[in-house]
Amino acid sequence: MVEANASAAADSSHNRTNAATGTGDPVDPEGGVFAFRATVFDADDLRRAHTRIAHEIVERNHGAGDVVLAGLYTRGVAIAHRLATAIAEFESAEVPVGALDVAFYRDDIGIRPVQPLGPTELPGDVTGKVVVLVDDVLYTGRTVRAALDALHELGRPRAVQLATLVDRGHRELPIRPDFVGKNLPTQAGEDVRVRLVETDDVNEDSVELWVVPNDSGVQEPNTPESADAAGDAGESA
Amino acid sequence: MTKHLLGIDGLDRGDVEHLLELSEHFLEVTQRDIPKVPALRGKVVVSLFYEDSTRTRISFETAAKRLSCDVMGFTVGSSSVQKGESLRDTVQTIEAMGIDAVVLRHPSAGAPALVASWVDASVLNAGDGCHEHPTQALLDALTLRRHVGPDLDGMRLAIVGDILHSRVARSDVLAFAALGAEVTLVAPPTLLPPSLDGWPVRVSHDLDEVLGDIDVIQLLRIQHERRNASLFPSLREYTARYGLTTERAARLRKDVLVMHPGPMNRGVEISAEVAEGPASVITEQVTNGVAVRMACLFSLLGSGEV
Repeated sequence: MVEANASAAADSSHNRTNAATGTGDPVDPEGGVFAFRATVFDADDLRRAHTRIAHEIVERNHGAGDVVLAGLYTRGVAIAHRLATAIAEFESAEVPVGALDVAFYRDDIGIRPVQPLGPTELPGDVTGKVVVLVDDVLYTGRTVRAALDALHELGRPRAVQLATLVDRGHRELPIRPDFVGKNLPTQAGEDVRVRLVETDDVNEDSVELWVVPNDSGVQEPNTPESADAAGDAGESA
Repeated sequence: MTKHLLGIDGLDRGDVEHLLELSEHFLEVTQRDIPKVPALRGKVVVSLFYEDSTRTRISFETAAKRLSCDVMGFTVGSSSVQKGESLRDTVQTIEAMGIDAVVLRHPSAGAPALVASWVDASVLNAGDGCHEHPTQALLDALTLRRHVGPDLDGMRLAIVGDILHSRVARSDVLAFAALGAEVTLVAPPTLLPPSLDGWPVRVSHDLDEVLGDIDVIQLLRIQHERRNASLFPSLREYTARYGLTTERAARLRKDVLVMHPGPMNRGVEISAEVAEGPASVITEQVTNGVAVRMACLFSLLGSGEV
């Protein structure tokens, strides 16, 4: 394990140097500690992924009749609208689209600043419908857990399915996606950032991988090694 | 930011706007079939009211319950306060039972700040003497915002009535000024504080002169319990000069909002017809109050920051 960690650290160090093409440290526009590493999927990749997910949703449910797409703020809402547009094109069916804000159902309220991102709006009663939750990145599964609770307060769907544009692994809960755009193996200390035209002030969609520079002094979460290190340093912390 | 909500004083424009935005989210929650979220499950909120109150107390308790808090009510009339227990002993006794927030109403200005210095729990000021009533100001601002949009810059608010004794007026002035609105206080000189130095307001003693240039009017109750008898000749004369009578209301632009923090003395500061009329947003204020208090509780207990 120690060896693997060291090699991972060497990796990110190497790539960070590549990322910092100019002088000085790269700046994280989201105010975090991450540095850009690579664009892993481009607009064409994502367009195909959207189209395929849209087809799979209709195929799985034998049509789009009872399907309601519920996007999770912020990008999930935009993706849900894209899926509805795609389904409308090949199935000539209007799939209702809603938006879910899960902030008040999260399990980390009081641990980190939790803010609602938008109004929860479902298109009518979802009782008896097939609700497809739509998000951009599936990671620990905690957001989806919160979404299931939020949805439960609003009605009793016949079934709930999960669509995600990117599955980056590292689940912490027994949650599994039904529809995946792209599988992207990642390390816990990395950040996957989806950029969409609708939500991110960019001209083209993309998925980017950001990493923690290994000399930033920031511990990578969720690795046994860093947990041990934290334990060792407990007295000074 | 601190862990308490002691007043609008100390909040800047960003803080106030943040609380109002959060309130809009909670307003959506309160309109659901199940108007409740598990956000603050397990948190204990005590409402400690040393003065009579209907709406503020019920509003705070409703807000706490809709956030899934456990709520303990405390009524001074049936408590050890009657046996001479001090505020400090009462608060510390309650805190020893394990609480996360105290919602305090007290006749003395500054009591919430004092309590905040004694306890680890968050303190929310639900009205202290003639000092502040921050959640009322926030719900007034939210009510206006719901009608005209998030930008209150340049909106003109008149607050009419017993400014001297009004914690609502004080908090309203601070909140609306922070949001860029222009506030005019309208009252006879005897119902104004001796000095308004440093208050970001204009003052008028003539309601009729002000009616034409405002977007919102907030009527305040004459506070009999704070010994007003000698401050104006009679209620009838007060109504004649400062009441929003049906005749005066007819001279307001159609889209002017009429607010009242309650409780109303119908026929004194506002006519019953105006209070029920199309311009009145008085019941909206009450509805918005629950959402605002949810936002305040969530900000203080949910993320440790206002």
